[in-house]
Amino acid sequence: MDLNNLQKKLLAAARADSPSDRVPYAFEKRVMARLGRSPVRDLGALWAQALWRATAPCAAIMLLLGAWAVFAPDPQVGSTDFSEDFENTVLAAVVQDSGSDYVW
Amino acid sequence: MERTDAELIKAVLDGDSASFEPLIQKYSPRVFAAARRYARRESEVDDIAQEVWIKAFQKLGSFRGEAPFEHWLMRLAVRICYDFLREHQRNRENSFSELSQEEGDWLDRHAAAPESASESAEAARTLVRRLMEQLSPPARLIITLLELEEKSVKEIARLTGWSVPLVKVRAFRARAEMRKQLAQLEKRKYL
Repeated sequence: MDLNNLQKKLLAAARADSPSDRVPYAFEKRVMARLGRSPVRDLGALWAQALWRATAPCAAIMLLLGAWAVFAPDPQVGSTDFSEDFENTVLAAVVQDSGSDYVW
Repeated sequence: MERTDAELIKAVLDGDSASFEPLIQKYSPRVFAAARRYARRESEVDDIAQEVWIKAFQKLGSFRGEAPFEHWLMRLAVRICYDFLREHQRNRENSFSELSQEEGDWLDRHAAAPESASESAEAARTLVRRLMEQLSPPARLIITLLELEEKSVKEIARLTGWSVPLVKVRAFRARAEMRKQLAQLEKRKYL
């Protein structure tokens, strides 16, 4: 027996035999009677949805900040180093006292 | 004026459960037709359809509204039908052992002259129903969606939640499983 042909014939028979879409009488009433309370909004799904929506703006902000950090002109260029200024300020009193006779 | 699906869904989510009833009335024929592909007894079909609607109600909050409600509902229906097949896997009857006179005659006609065995014959329909019942749940689901409902691999992947390569692999295995069942049928009939 040609099994491929038999398979094709049987599948064609099944395709031709499409199932009925008849709905039993008052089916919707029965289902409604079983549904007690209103569905709970899925907070997890809403949170995940919000996070996914925030992905693109966050990525765009990150790229913009990255580009700004790389390409923006450095305001410190030409001026003295901040750490040096800080050190001079803190040690100013010591420098002034170093000319006196006071011994540490 | 008739309310749209989106309006009905919003009303249900806002606490008006009665707005769910028009959705059941509108889409139940499709749910029942899908369920009848997998269950034979009307009581089983009824149980599947009820479960589909109860799950749809409970999970309505996760419906994003990006695709039509019908697509979301049918995805749910297919998954519940698949669960039904898996639960009833052990109850599969070994029904090829007792072919009816008509089925035997139809097979004889096909063996003698394939073109003389009509696919519209009742015997062919009962034979294919028995054959489908012999298949494993994934094979039956794939054959039904791919061969009977003529859906594309991508559509099946969307409906089942399986990846496209997995659908292809399962389709290949399902066809092989079907041919194996037919070979067994041939052995029982002619040996």
